[in-house]
Amino acid sequence: MGLIAGVVAVQGNVSEHADAIERAAARHGERVEVREVRESGVVPDCDLLAMPGGESTTISRLVHRGGIAPEIEEHVAAGKPLLATCAGLIVAARDAGDERVECLGLIDAAVDRNAFGRQRDSFETSLDVEGCDEPFPAAFIRAPQVTEVGEGVEVLAEHDGRIVAVRDGPVVGTAFHPELAGSSGIHDLAFFEQ
Amino acid sequence: MSQPTDLEELRHGTDLVKRGFARMQKGGVVMDVVDRKQARIAEDAGAVAVMALEAVPADIRKRGGVARMADPGDVREIIEEVSIPVMGKSRIGHTKEAEILETIGVDMIDESEVLTPADDSYHIEKREFTAPFVCGARNLGEALRRIDEGAAMIRTKGEAGTGDVNQAVHHQRNIKATIRKLQGMSSEERTAWAREHEAPAALVEETAESGRLPVVNFAAGGIATPADAALMMHHGCDGIFVGSGIFGAENPEAMGEAIVEAVNAWDDPETLAGITEGIGGGMKGEANANLPEEERLQGRGV
Repeated sequence: MGLIAGVVAVQGNVSEHADAIERAAARHGERVEVREVRESGVVPDCDLLAMPGGESTTISRLVHRGGIAPEIEEHVAAGKPLLATCAGLIVAARDAGDERVECLGLIDAAVDRNAFGRQRDSFETSLDVEGCDEPFPAAFIRAPQVTEVGEGVEVLAEHDGRIVAVRDGPVVGTAFHPELAGSSGIHDLAFFEQ
Repeated sequence: MSQPTDLEELRHGTDLVKRGFARMQKGGVVMDVVDRKQARIAEDAGAVAVMALEAVPADIRKRGGVARMADPGDVREIIEEVSIPVMGKSRIGHTKEAEILETIGVDMIDESEVLTPADDSYHIEKREFTAPFVCGARNLGEALRRIDEGAAMIRTKGEAGTGDVNQAVHHQRNIKATIRKLQGMSSEERTAWAREHEAPAALVEETAESGRLPVVNFAAGGIATPADAALMMHHGCDGIFVGSGIFGAENPEAMGEAIVEAVNAWDDPETLAGITEGIGGGMKGEANANLPEEERLQGRGV
């Protein structure tokens, strides 16, 4: 039996996460089956879970409406790994300072949406991430930042003095898009090198 | 702890950043809006982005005359109103409208045949912009020519402002069928196809090898109901643009929400049945077959 990986697929950058999980699993000699999570009932079977980027307002609305939200909370409560990127990070945080997003509180951190500006301010850069051997090619797209972390939250990366990657127990959150990088480094870190 | 990265290393407006933005819209609904009030309704309904324009396609169609970029002041108001991305439409080949939209902070520019084309020979050189572009296409050759010019997203042209999904389906099927045909071709045949359709050979190869367009592909033009949106997802689209379909409906709030949910549940008939039930009448609509040739928008800018 291999691992079952879920990618929250209500909206956003789904297939790239599936590819990155498969690459990370192959690197670690693990067999993995990726399932799209668009309704309730899928998450309870998953060993690991990714919540991708997209629009946090849309993703937050659809995971609550579809009954997926409580299942993600149980997944994390059981100590199983979750990687939440960009909009996923916003939904997974404790507080987004925005009533349009209903946060799940899986990462003890406050975040600020679109902290780096509009699309014209989006950028690529190379980023040092705690736990990654090489600088990571990070794409920031209308990216959020972490403004405040609780005790027990490890800061994995900063950019220009802003926190952009954190770990809180089984949950890794990034403000950038590791699934666009063509490198599985962050997926390795979140799922296979805990 | 990591070190702050040198700010000079930041790369803006790269293909990855532009196409990446387009990918974040996947599985979502982009809604046409003309003012901040409609923008608020769209965001509350769960839209992934709004398209700010001066009039929705059905009204542009009714009114006739020259259709242009929206007033920048109105677009700014919409940008202030919502937290989701704001897109704006420029005329085909109208580099200056596109520059103005980029300057005021629009997140994506739609070089759109729904507005009156400014240039009947050339599209905008989109690679020179930091903002990503979306362009319409009716077939694969057209799509690849736009991608070669720098488009980060392709949408079907459909037949805007009609509420008749027929042409969007036709374009999407056409693109998919041509990709399947390319997959069965030898490399010489692909090169010949590329020449015939004025598409770069490298892009033709890439599309044939991956079995899909190199950028995301949305549906647009004539989508009026949740079932229409689900149909376009069924045909392999990555997401949906809705124009007059929502604000031409009896209850725009309910229709907007229903279309967002239908895109998510496109392959689940039971959920779709629930979503479509009791949302009130859709926009009145106009069958494509009844449109005289000169009123069709999809043939503009090939």
